[in-house]
Amino acid sequence: MKELLQKLTETYGPSGSEEQIRAVIAAELGGLVDEHRVDALGNLIGIKRGSGSGLKVMLAAHIDEIGVIVTHIDKKGFLRFAPIGGVNPLTLLGSRVVFGNGVVGAIGVEKLESPKEAPPIDKFYLDVGATSPDDSPVRVGDAAAFARPLVQVGPRWVAKAMDDRVGCAVVLEMLRRLKSTPHELYAVFTVQEEIGLRGAQTSAYGLDPDMALAVDVTTTGDTPEAQTMAIELGKGPAIKVKDSGMLAHVGVKDLLIQTAQAENIPYQLEVLSRGTTDAMAIQVTRNGIPAGVISIPCRYVHTNSEMVDMNDVENAVRLLAATVSKPISL
Amino acid sequence: MPPLLQKLSEAFGVSGQEQEVRDILYEATRDQADDIRVDTIGNLIALKKARKAAPNGAPMRVMVAAHMDEVGFMVTGIENGGWLRFAPVGGVDPRVVVAKRVVVGQERLPGVIGLKPIHLQERNESKQVVPFDKLVIDVGVGSKDELEGKVQVGDYAAFDMKFRELDASPDGLRTVMGKALDDRAGCALLVELLKGDYAFDLYAAFTVQEEVGLRGARVAAYALKPQLAFVLETTICDDLPKDKDLPDVTRLGAGPAITIMDRSVVADKRLVNLLVDTATQAGIPYQFKGPGMGATDAGTIHLTQEGIPSAVVSTPCRNLHSMANLLSLSDWDKTLQLMQATLQRVTPDILAR
Repeated sequence: MKELLQKLTETYGPSGSEEQIRAVIAAELGGLVDEHRVDALGNLIGIKRGSGSGLKVMLAAHIDEIGVIVTHIDKKGFLRFAPIGGVNPLTLLGSRVVFGNGVVGAIGVEKLESPKEAPPIDKFYLDVGATSPDDSPVRVGDAAAFARPLVQVGPRWVAKAMDDRVGCAVVLEMLRRLKSTPHELYAVFTVQEEIGLRGAQTSAYGLDPDMALAVDVTTTGDTPEAQTMAIELGKGPAIKVKDSGMLAHVGVKDLLIQTAQAENIPYQLEVLSRGTTDAMAIQVTRNGIPAGVISIPCRYVHTNSEMVDMNDVENAVRLLAATVSKPISL
Repeated sequence: MPPLLQKLSEAFGVSGQEQEVRDILYEATRDQADDIRVDTIGNLIALKKARKAAPNGAPMRVMVAAHMDEVGFMVTGIENGGWLRFAPVGGVDPRVVVAKRVVVGQERLPGVIGLKPIHLQERNESKQVVPFDKLVIDVGVGSKDELEGKVQVGDYAAFDMKFRELDASPDGLRTVMGKALDDRAGCALLVELLKGDYAFDLYAAFTVQEEVGLRGARVAAYALKPQLAFVLETTICDDLPKDKDLPDVTRLGAGPAITIMDRSVVADKRLVNLLVDTATQAGIPYQFKGPGMGATDAGTIHLTQEGIPSAVVSTPCRNLHSMANLLSLSDWDKTLQLMQATLQRVTPDILAR
């Protein structure tokens, strides 16, 4: 699991430029599903036909990560950029980024009038070692992701893009272990979640499933002076009740709780005050789709050092596998 | 002086009341179109069937969109003295409306957006932005009664601006100035594109209500279900001198602007590559629109149903969303050339991964 997670988190794939991470996941998907294809927006859809007596179940994990896009190359070769997705300016100074072509850069900031507040994004710039627009190895419009290797810290893994490569890893690992299922499973590795849940919206329309489960990260309340939240690292995967974009379908939420209890899988109940997932877009597609979320508790979301607990990840795989292995009636 | 663009620019068509613009476009396209209709929300859809053999099987369905509506105002109340209270329709900066001329309602009553004269303002008042709810449209009457039957709450008002040519020198920028070039310039371009012959079915969608939420395009794309879409727009051109070495979103005279990413869409890379490749081969200058800002009809088109690969090509235009937009016909010509050349290269293969 660690090797898979390392490969996934360390691969380049900001929203809108997911080609590389999609290829890596497609290679993993090969032996695990009956067929796979890429749709109009770039979502990777893997289909596993079950015994046929069940539902059409869509699983969604997003492959894109937040990043930055070059808006300008100034006279001395420094790059100005705009955010891709929810980039927190606090995470920028001194961060390293990498472009699709492998070029690496460091982020600097202008002199600050009042150093007490986080500067807005337009006060930062990227240094890729160029001296003018002519010798710049990147162009306006090129996208960069943050660059950071995965490390293990006790029972935890820390990496950039745990959101949501850990979700992708959970879906892949579940498919690897799944012995049988009555359902027709659609494992959708969605694009452009961070910029508006876009891949989830169109893929759900195309598949029109009977039920959907997103697998994504959620924040925790277990760090110093944290925003109040009941979720803690190591207490099990979280079953979403509500976030700022949706109320989980009660039947799906109860199904997950019952499954966790029956299989003795530790779990937590999640109410997230700020943030949402692909499930929000899926829920209101077409005639409406019963949707829920299995969340991986994660500290420091949208920083370069997102931290998850190994046991939570393992239990998320078990919960997902157990849920789709047996008949479902909502 | 381009006659169609002038007529379109001067037509009254604020979001939700695009009739006048639609009528002009209907006349301008009916001879070229094999089928022409107006849908439930008011989009004008003109179909030009394939005139050249499609490479394999049935011809593709290609949608090209330009929006007919302009930003403007709506009357929200009438004061006893005859002044009109109003709200913006679409994104209008309150700073650009003060002291501007407008026309109001069915009768196109001329008026001006009024403000206290500078002589009477307090020292700091002239430094503040006056919000819309403190502005009025003055149509020059003495009382509310005089407006009986002429103006009512819900009537539209639009900027009042004649289209003018600024630079006529054939080798120059050939700049023109007028209101609503966003996106009448795109509409004029689409009228030209309908004159071409293609190896696919071209659905020219003149959309409504883009400025209030990309609404017409969403409806049109759902009905047409094209395999790919191009949006023809005008875009932010802020190339006036700046203090710092900071990006222009686009520059006048640098040719058509190709979108990579704005707030509403990540342009499909296959279509962007096709545009760039075509421009390079044909020697057409182009620029990339500064990423990260603005929204266009592509925002709703690309998310329709199972997703529609979409791209945006824009003519740079200064002073968008104000009374006097300014663009270069040289840029407009090159945008047309780029689209004509690109459409000739559209085949099912370009969507291969």
